[in-house]
Amino acid sequence: MPVIQVHQLSKHFGALKAVNQLSFNVNEGEVFGFLGQNGSGKSTTIRMLLSLIHPTSGHIELFGKPLQSHRTQILEEIGAIIERPDLYPYLTAQEHLQLFAKLRSKKIGKEDIHNTLQKVGLLDRSKDKVQTFSLGMKQRLGIAIALVHNPSLIILDEPTNGLDPQGITDIRTLIQQLAKEEGKTVLVSSHLLSEIEQMATQIMIIHKGEKVAEGPIQKLLDPNKMIVHIKTTNDAHAVQVILSGSFSNYLMQRTDGIYLSIPTYEIPLLNQSLVNAGVGLIGLESRNALEDYFLQVTSNSN
Amino acid sequence: MKAIISIELYKIFRRPRTYIAFGAIAALIMVIQLGLKMDGQSYAGFLMKDINDTLTVDGKVLNGYLICYILLQLLLVHVPLLVALIAADMISGEANLGTLRLLFTTPYSRTQWVLGKFIAASIYTIVLLIWLAFLALFVSMWIFGTDDLFLMKSNYVVLIQEQDVLWRYVGAFVFASFSLLTVTSLGFLMSSLANNSIGPIVGTMSAIVFFTILSTLNIPLFSVIKPYLFTTHMNNWKEFFDIKVNENNEAVFGTILNMAKIKTSLIVLTLHIILFVTASVFITKRKDILS
Amino acid sequence: MKKTISYIGIIVAILFAQEVNAQVDPLIEKVSQKLALVNDYVAEGVMKTDVSFIKASLGKVKVYFKKPNLLKVKKEGGISLLPKGGVSVTINSLLNTKQYIALPAGTQSYEGKTLTVIKLVPTDEKLDWVISTLWIDPSDALVYKTFTTTKENGSYEITMEYGQYASYGLPSKIIFGFNTKDYKLPNGITLEFGDEDPISKQKALKNKKGKIEIKYTNYTINKGVSNSMF
Repeated sequence: MPVIQVHQLSKHFGALKAVNQLSFNVNEGEVFGFLGQNGSGKSTTIRMLLSLIHPTSGHIELFGKPLQSHRTQILEEIGAIIERPDLYPYLTAQEHLQLFAKLRSKKIGKEDIHNTLQKVGLLDRSKDKVQTFSLGMKQRLGIAIALVHNPSLIILDEPTNGLDPQGITDIRTLIQQLAKEEGKTVLVSSHLLSEIEQMATQIMIIHKGEKVAEGPIQKLLDPNKMIVHIKTTNDAHAVQVILSGSFSNYLMQRTDGIYLSIPTYEIPLLNQSLVNAGVGLIGLESRNALEDYFLQVTSNSN
Repeated sequence: MKAIISIELYKIFRRPRTYIAFGAIAALIMVIQLGLKMDGQSYAGFLMKDINDTLTVDGKVLNGYLICYILLQLLLVHVPLLVALIAADMISGEANLGTLRLLFTTPYSRTQWVLGKFIAASIYTIVLLIWLAFLALFVSMWIFGTDDLFLMKSNYVVLIQEQDVLWRYVGAFVFASFSLLTVTSLGFLMSSLANNSIGPIVGTMSAIVFFTILSTLNIPLFSVIKPYLFTTHMNNWKEFFDIKVNENNEAVFGTILNMAKIKTSLIVLTLHIILFVTASVFITKRKDILS
Repeated sequence: MKKTISYIGIIVAILFAQEVNAQVDPLIEKVSQKLALVNDYVAEGVMKTDVSFIKASLGKVKVYFKKPNLLKVKKEGGISLLPKGGVSVTINSLLNTKQYIALPAGTQSYEGKTLTVIKLVPTDEKLDWVISTLWIDPSDALVYKTFTTTKENGSYEITMEYGQYASYGLPSKIIFGFNTKDYKLPNGITLEFGDEDPISKQKALKNKKGKIEIKYTNYTINKGVSNSMF
């Protein structure tokens, strides 16, 4: 059963369609990577999942229940951080966890708070006021707040924002742990592919509020399906060569250049046949499908 | 809901800003008490100039009860501003800080949050009022002693017996709590409309100052709208200190001249509170949290 | 020159007064004798303040008196309002000084009694009253009414009723009547911004008469009163 079911979700701010007709499912135990540039509608979507923003239209179900009618029950099972780690500067890390623990119906003891702080590596700073924290430490505390009540669904919006490389690695490890060892469902958003591809099992890319790609990471990262971008001095000639040869099935219908979806082992052959046919080859870039999607989206927007 | 109230109170009382109000009230009261202790007689003399032409006033006019009355007159104009400092920040302050989204993703409805926060802000307001009562009444009673309350109003003088005063202060403070809760709820409403701290605080303060001026100006044009302004009613705690007289012009112990006026004001203030809080709930519920 | 004449006038008046006093008015003398029985007293009473712009309740008072003219009204643990300078024009104060000329002014009927009217003019310029009229019942040598004009505090009418202590010339009830001035404080000072009603619109209609009434319940006479009371 999908933990998150989103159907035809839209949010319009006046004329701006921040999210448009977005549908996707997140299954139990998945680490669902939610990719998109800044301003692509990720945060708006996540805020709608958390009922911070009222959708213009569409339907959200979490744990099989409609969000609108079962809001509090659903939120009991969710831990989330949304964008910046905004906290109370005059409270300590421990106080934050104590306060948010109170807001849960589950009994959360001192030990749970201690363990959560340990998990995010803030145990030694637990008695310090947040105003003395670095951005990275605040982000860790934000994650701790999301985890303290041991939710079954964790929604993390740009969790590695502002973290140093070590912090990024730590959070990544933590997310993987939560999914693998504790069986939690994680929805993690980012604008960086490199961050997501190492931890996600499932990926969705949105752009300008619409979904542009979705699938299991293995499929999107399949080495047998590389995307090759060919740059030549004479594109028409090159296309002719490709269409007349055995590569014709691989050619993609794209307007932004010559792209082929091709198994890795055939790339040298393609290169050779183009050279043999006298095509002035400037470059031949190969990348996996996910990277390509992401780059495509990025370049389109520029 | 209890959890919301308790964490909101925890946050309020962990904030340095909260204590500004307590400090400000203490400072104001102490300055006035000190001033009246040093030079109270000339102040009393000035007030009683007209009376002293005809009558000799014998006794401790400047006692704790009168000092408290003077303090309340001065402070109940300013305390609303201090209440606004916290109340008008309850929602917008969190929106500004970005913590509102943390709160609104907890398993509580927004209505619960708004009401919980309002109750917490109200508790703060009441605690502030108790602090004010303690300093203005009990500390004044301790410093200046007690005696009959000799009140000089614009058109007449009221002399209330010592034993007949304290319950009036209890009434006045209960009344004042309604006044201040009206300010709290107004601050709350402003707070639900904005995403920054300063706007609602300044907005609430401006509204209070503006309406207070309208309420106090004796201009016929404003007299028409006066009965509808909450600031007009906020001042009616003073009605507790006016006493009925019988046909022999004797003040009757334990009476209030115009109880109906007090009741009307309490009803008007309560309606304001309900209106402002309901509006805050409505606005907050519909709001998209974008901060 | 004028001054000299007026001085002479005063001296003559004083000499004349003493003579008149001694010879002409036995009634005043009788009243004085009666009053002389009392060296001091402490009286308990209930005071009522009836001034249009004052709302005060009845208050218990203690009145202390000591010869020749020390008088103090003390409200028990409270604030009392007394006519300014009024207490200095009580009968005892007027007569005990012995510094006056008494001029008979006929008789008048007052509450069913025929009272002898005597006017007193002070002979000592330091006294703060200018003239006083006494209405005296010759049968019991009790003063029922006085009307005194003071130098600085206007006129006072004092009426008295007698009871148990009539033999000492001490009233059971005394009413000070006096003129009041306007009372008005600016709103800005009182911070009263509401539409305050005057205490009683009818009373406010230029009722400038104030009354303070003391009803005595009990006198303790000649048991000694310390000077520190005054």
